[in-house]
Amino acid sequence: MINQLSWKVGGQQGEGIESTGEIFAIALNRLGYYLYGYRHFSSRIKGGHTNNKIRVSTTEVRSISDDLDVLVAFDQETIDLNYKELHAKGVILADAKFTPKKPEDTQAALYAVPFTEIATELGTSLMKNMVAIGATSAVLNLDIHVFEEVVQEIFGKKGAQVVAKNMDAIKAGYEYMKNQLVDGVEIMELEKADGKKRMFMIGNDAIALGAVAAGCRFMAAYPITPASEIMEYLIKKLPALGGSVIQTEDEIAACTMAIGANYAGVRTITASAGPGLSLKMEAIGLSGITETPLVIVDTQRGGPSTGLPTKQEQSDLMAMIYGTHGEIPKIVMAPSTVEEAFYDTAEAFNLAEEYQCPVIILSDLQLSLGKQTVEPLSMDKVEIRRGKLVTDEIPENENKGYFKRYEVTADGVSPRVIPGMKNGIHHVTGVEHDETGKPSESAANRIAQMDKRFRKIENIRFNTPVYKNVKHEEADVLFVGFNSTRGVIEEAMVRLENDGLKVNHAQIRLIHPFPTDEVLPLVRSAKKVVVVENNATGQLANIMKMNVGHAEKIIKHLKYDGNPFLPHEVYTKCKELF
Amino acid sequence: MATFKDFRNNVKPNWCPGCGDFSVQAAMQRAAANVGLEPENLAVISGIGCSGRISGYINSYGFHGIHGRSLPIAQGVKMANRDLTVIASGGDGDGFAIGMGHTIHAIRRNIDITYVVMDNQIYGLTKGQTSPRSAAGFKTKSTPMGSVEQAISPMEMALTAGATFVAQSFSTDLKDLTALIEAGIKHKGFSLINVYSPCVTYNKVNTYDWFKENLTKLSDIEGYDPSNREEAMQTLMKHNGLVTGLIYQNTERQSYQELINGYAETPLSQADLNLDQQYFDKLVGEFM
Repeated sequence: MINQLSWKVGGQQGEGIESTGEIFAIALNRLGYYLYGYRHFSSRIKGGHTNNKIRVSTTEVRSISDDLDVLVAFDQETIDLNYKELHAKGVILADAKFTPKKPEDTQAALYAVPFTEIATELGTSLMKNMVAIGATSAVLNLDIHVFEEVVQEIFGKKGAQVVAKNMDAIKAGYEYMKNQLVDGVEIMELEKADGKKRMFMIGNDAIALGAVAAGCRFMAAYPITPASEIMEYLIKKLPALGGSVIQTEDEIAACTMAIGANYAGVRTITASAGPGLSLKMEAIGLSGITETPLVIVDTQRGGPSTGLPTKQEQSDLMAMIYGTHGEIPKIVMAPSTVEEAFYDTAEAFNLAEEYQCPVIILSDLQLSLGKQTVEPLSMDKVEIRRGKLVTDEIPENENKGYFKRYEVTADGVSPRVIPGMKNGIHHVTGVEHDETGKPSESAANRIAQMDKRFRKIENIRFNTPVYKNVKHEEADVLFVGFNSTRGVIEEAMVRLENDGLKVNHAQIRLIHPFPTDEVLPLVRSAKKVVVVENNATGQLANIMKMNVGHAEKIIKHLKYDGNPFLPHEVYTKCKELF
Repeated sequence: MATFKDFRNNVKPNWCPGCGDFSVQAAMQRAAANVGLEPENLAVISGIGCSGRISGYINSYGFHGIHGRSLPIAQGVKMANRDLTVIASGGDGDGFAIGMGHTIHAIRRNIDITYVVMDNQIYGLTKGQTSPRSAAGFKTKSTPMGSVEQAISPMEMALTAGATFVAQSFSTDLKDLTALIEAGIKHKGFSLINVYSPCVTYNKVNTYDWFKENLTKLSDIEGYDPSNREEAMQTLMKHNGLVTGLIYQNTERQSYQELINGYAETPLSQADLNLDQQYFDKLVGEFM
């Protein structure tokens, strides 16, 4: 019996690789296993190698694994590109159709299974994926009945016959493979899971659901990888709540439309990836100076320009903090798990209204698209706070005086009135303005308004700005990361502790304003600080140096080849230091 | 009931004496009063440039955004509160150069807002460079030898983009202009009103006298039918776009808000933000 398994299915894009992984994963999730998925894909729809790697465990997992137990291959390329991940007792299940060849330098076993042939005999070669799921089940000694529910859900609309045929395909694959495993040495049976119901979702689903829970009722967005799922989810869900999504003509329209809707009082979101964020920058400055709430998601991918559009990277950090010309108060948050993506998104709407400034929710491709098991999300922790939004009647102003929308206050936050309110008329402009919003170039006013705007975020209230796993008062190593690197760091940490090292971990959730007070003591009490990030220049490490100093301790561990870190890469880097 | 005076505020416009934009402002204020609006139910969203300042000169909610983006901001405002009357406004550079992409898409999207362009065929606030509305051969600081580019024809462009309300006016025709803005506000869908609004400082070619000589009123063309798109296009081409009046109106096509699925009949800005627990549980269950 094993307590975790790593399974990968690969082939040409457009061959149903994704749905094969999906059916396998949903069934296992329902048995109570924890799953963590990683999709390797290219910026094209048909053709090109793609694979879906799924880790299955009886305990929580938040990263892909170093090695692989089972590789399901629909072409030779899948074997050639992935076999090195297989450990010595690993298994390759390959479609006999392409006469698979086993590379010389692997001890893993290769079985040529007639996926296509069996499927064709049963009616259509399209079902080869189901045959592969059946064959996998034989290797895992898994009861194929666990797939019945999922197959029914996916194919039910096409009729009972299609459902039955697909189940037949799974069964045929299972039986064929069962007969191959005569002595059973390759069988990898998973320990029984707890059977609890948990969610299985990607980070983008959680962001979108968080927006719905927060009362977001409008979205303006332009499609882009890896952000589009947020928009697609809201297009499905907002109409039932009276809301709407507009697919705009470009990213600038998306951002400015979101500003218009927020100005008029609706919680509105826009989401994009790096190229879109670059285009939104001027508008983000407009949100800053007009103090219009704005929630923007940046799902980071490989940059610059079109870069590596379907690959993992975390290189937008500096751009998100410092992007837009001039200076504005801004909040940049970086959830590190799917759960945090949900709760942080909901909270982002509160912060945007309380501080009347742009709030950027930073994600990365692996967090946004990696499908994983998540404990059921709850509304209990979701609050709705609208800050100084004026809802009471406003007394009449004398001589058509404007409402002091930009009143200089002690905390910097001014009362916010939305259009339609009697006696609330004021002006809004991206030009520097006085307390009523009228343009003003006076030096004294400039200072008063700049100071007022920045005062807003001086004492920002943010629940858990740093996720901390601090077991040691004095540590050999402090790991620091943000977004999806949390899982690999956690795994490396366990291995290093087993080796006798004292390791602490800080995952930064509030990137800006930087939570110096939280991070500095951890840096002080560590011999070395290893900052793990998917970029080439060490952007978080540099932000750390700016805010907490101790440059001599800070070591950059960088990966920018488009792939997420593997646990052993983080482990090895740290071992080298001692 | 509010009168046009209620739409005046105490801000003195910083336009040059004689600028056409003064009349556009007056027409907008009169139209707002004539259709029965109260100042708080009007939102004027403007772009950048001399004319973009208009949102600060009208006693209503006003948003002066960034260059070329008045339309997406205005559409966002309208989507958030369908009960507001939303007027977007700006110059020809704002709408037909940097913001042209938004103009075309706002036209085809057909959200129920009114767009008033103050067209002076020049860049004024940056002190006299060519505009996409400047005629070929037009000499400016940026085209000292005369522009070699073709001028944009916004009315023809609007017709081909699927506009449901296309009108053009001249700033001195206060009565006609006011009536067109009123009709635009009442129109169910996107209304585009291009207003020739002469720049007395930098445009010495397209002057008040020039327009008086060259413009043709559609009301003077016998039997002109603004519901006929083909006739509208032919008339524009025949007169090189230099016509004033209601060029085209399609009263049959529904607005964006009427066509989209599920969109609330009451303003979204008044919606209850709290999500029903059962509904949330259903959403969570979909991921299990």
